[in-house]
Amino acid sequence: MRIFLEIWRQRSAADEGGFVRYDVPDVTEHMSFLEMLDVLNRRLVEAGDPPVAFDSDCREGICGMCGFLVNGQPHGPLRNATICQTHMRHFADGDMLRLEPWRAAAFPVLRDLCVDRGALDRIIASGGYVTVRTGSAPEANAIPVPKEAADRAMEAAACIGCGACVAACPNASAALFTGSKVTHLGVLPQGQAERRRRVVSMTEQARAEGFGHCTTIGACSRVCPAGIQLEVIARMNRDWLIAALSRREEEEPVAIAPRSSPMRFYEQAPPKTQR
Amino acid sequence: MAAATKTLAVVPPRASRLAALWRSHVGRKALMAVTGIVLFVFVLVHMLANLQAFQGSALDRYAEQLRVFPVLLWTARGVLLLAAAVHVAAGLDLWVARRKARPVAYRDFDAEGSTAASRTMIWSGLLVLGFVVYHLLDITFGVVNPDFRPGEVLHNVVVSFGRVTAVVFYVAAVIGLGFHLWHGLWSTFQSLGVSNRAFTPGIQKTAAALATLLTVGFAAVPLAVLFGVLG
Repeated sequence: MRIFLEIWRQRSAADEGGFVRYDVPDVTEHMSFLEMLDVLNRRLVEAGDPPVAFDSDCREGICGMCGFLVNGQPHGPLRNATICQTHMRHFADGDMLRLEPWRAAAFPVLRDLCVDRGALDRIIASGGYVTVRTGSAPEANAIPVPKEAADRAMEAAACIGCGACVAACPNASAALFTGSKVTHLGVLPQGQAERRRRVVSMTEQARAEGFGHCTTIGACSRVCPAGIQLEVIARMNRDWLIAALSRREEEEPVAIAPRSSPMRFYEQAPPKTQR
Repeated sequence: MAAATKTLAVVPPRASRLAALWRSHVGRKALMAVTGIVLFVFVLVHMLANLQAFQGSALDRYAEQLRVFPVLLWTARGVLLLAAAVHVAAGLDLWVARRKARPVAYRDFDAEGSTAASRTMIWSGLLVLGFVVYHLLDITFGVVNPDFRPGEVLHNVVVSFGRVTAVVFYVAAVIGLGFHLWHGLWSTFQSLGVSNRAFTPGIQKTAAALATLLTVGFAAVPLAVLFGVLG
């Protein structure tokens, strides 16, 4: 099958960027979407052109590395799946596909389809943990966990942090991501000690990173490859209100993690000597 | 003990809880939800009261009864004005924040699985706000009413809706209100954190039903006047 692509090309964060058209004539329906891009990239490299940069790692939908929009749909047309799990059989011969990176103030484009999602890591760092003594593993059955709580926590923990929810949100809100982390730890007995501080810290970090707010649009949940439900946002809101309206002095965010990440050097313009 | 007292003394006075609510996105949405509930209760009562127009002079009597206790009337007006002010300010502020959160727009983008109402809250809200100002000038203050008579509510309504443009604006505004409530009523539960997978479908259906009921109830009076059923 033959696929026509229109891909966002941007050399660096400082570069302006624009769409470039490509023609991939030798696609088979058994290829995954990323394998199709590999085929394109091999041709680009052979021709001496820079390949299309896109994130990928596990290519089986569990790592959360991949992700871009295909014709305006985060992770493409397949539901409950990442773009790496999407095969070319879901497209038709002669299809014109436009690939665009996640767009949000908190997700600066590094190159082509790669964005810096360090903001999500800093939300996790601000409260997505439980403080326990490590060193010796506790007895597994020492803390009884109700079945429903375990199920809800497991569902929320399915979030792979790909950022599709932010990409799909008209407000570029990270509420579904933050809500899934707050729910994951908040429904378990182990997460109770820091439950209030956690939700205040994490929502405050999300705001500081430049993510928008939730207006219950629901597109995030629809495109989520892990099928996270909107109720995690309700739980986050409830926990936040309880924390904010009760003993606030204990729930002030401990610190806002600095807006820096190992990948930030891409944003700086290259030194003049290299130009 | 002395050390503890000293430490307490240097702690800056903490901002009020209301300020904390305003500062956070979650809190601001909760304020919008609470003020939205106040405003919803008002429009519901208002719509039911409007239907007294079909009973003739009952509407005028009702208007008189509202003014029996001026303190109550002005308290209610104060609460409504405050709720509207907070709701509008938070809404506009969040709308500005949203534009900052995605400075570069997508080439093509469709918020999948979302309702038209949810994506147009700011516009339906501004339509209703603009209408409320006009509506107060028309029926309460009588400035833009063709033949305003203080205390004769039914007469004022009938002469106002004798004009097709007034009816069109009114019906457009209540359809906007319907859209606003269709999404707003369900989003309220989400913002206050009291929805979950078991209740959400019921909440969404009830919100849609109430929004339709209010739109039809409000539109009934001007349409009845226009088509000669009333007045």
